[in-house]
Amino acid sequence: MIQNDLCIFFISAAAGLLGSVLGLGGAIIVTPALTLLFGIDIRYAIGASIVSVIATSSGAAVAYIRDGITNIRIGMFLEIATTAGAIAGAFLSGLIDAAYLYLIFGAILLYSAANMLRKVKTEFHCAAAHPAAAKLRLNGSYFDSTLGGRVDYNVAGVYEGFGIMCAAGVVSGLLGIGSGVFKVAAMDAVMKLPLKVSSATSNFMIGVTAAASAGIYFLRGDIDPSIAAPVALGVLAGAAAGTRIMRRLKSATIRLMFIPVLAYVSIQMILKGLKVI
Amino acid sequence: MTDGNNEKTAAGAETVISRVLQAGVFVSALIILIGLVMYLASGKSGYPGASFPSDPAAVIQGLFALKPYAVMLFGLFLLILTPVLRVGISIIIFIIEKDRLYTVITAIVFTILIISFLLGKAQ
Repeated sequence: MIQNDLCIFFISAAAGLLGSVLGLGGAIIVTPALTLLFGIDIRYAIGASIVSVIATSSGAAVAYIRDGITNIRIGMFLEIATTAGAIAGAFLSGLIDAAYLYLIFGAILLYSAANMLRKVKTEFHCAAAHPAAAKLRLNGSYFDSTLGGRVDYNVAGVYEGFGIMCAAGVVSGLLGIGSGVFKVAAMDAVMKLPLKVSSATSNFMIGVTAAASAGIYFLRGDIDPSIAAPVALGVLAGAAAGTRIMRRLKSATIRLMFIPVLAYVSIQMILKGLKVI
Repeated sequence: MTDGNNEKTAAGAETVISRVLQAGVFVSALIILIGLVMYLASGKSGYPGASFPSDPAAVIQGLFALKPYAVMLFGLFLLILTPVLRVGISIIIFIIEKDRLYTVITAIVFTILIISFLLGKAQ
């Protein structure tokens, strides 16, 4: 029993570490690890994954907000879109065939992976601020320790970004996917934020979206304490370590790490859409 | 001029939000850890077989009876509530700082969260 819990703890720590660096919830590691390696029922694996998303988000956000990397205004503003989208997604789940959604969003993600690959060496975007960005006071700056100075950035594509976050919320409500990858990809490609800011702000947001569904999972009895407890502790430890590592990484390095994850998720979605897996 | 004000406001809000998250994460992790240690040390969950409570009232009851699963679930429950608490506290911070735009934005997010909880309960 203890050995099993320790294994779950260390795998979750790896998920928390990767998730906190890339701005994802770590569910892409936790769910398959629990079902494939430990033979845990998918229902409890998803319940534990939701807990892992919240643990990554809150655990990492403590450090990223303190360091001023997270743009809380962008986070708060976009949370309107993700939470409203998530509710819409939960309602639509009976009406829409998920296969099409998997295909469409898989294709979009694959396209953004290819796009990222083309500008893999880019450290920063240079973007003109969207007029709404000034009104909402979204433009910001952060201290980048790898560059040893403050980085000022403008926020582009505010409306487009808001729209994509809405779609990301619908997808997470419908498909039960944390949609952290969507958030990071959209903030990078459309809103032109520095990748560290995208990752930290995505981390900040995913906890809120996940909390809404986690309450439902809890009441439904899907959160098994014997699984979710070691997952939560492992993820929190991993996220604490991850925030220390992310500070020392260049945006270009994080982008390089992000591309294979993005490609993996998109291919998985396309295969699900084609009903191969 | 306004730029300087904005930065001050955001920095104040950031410190408080970061502290709230830190407190939530620390307290819930500690409670989960205590429950897990109790469970591993005694080998008993406090509940028959592999069952565990899912109703908050039953979890609280089990918590006072010091049942290991109930302690772990209470910690997990606090962890789940932490982001919700973060949004709630943010509204108060933005009100105090007289940031009307972000008070409204955060209040909308909080309302949507509460609606989703209520819808989930009704399901």
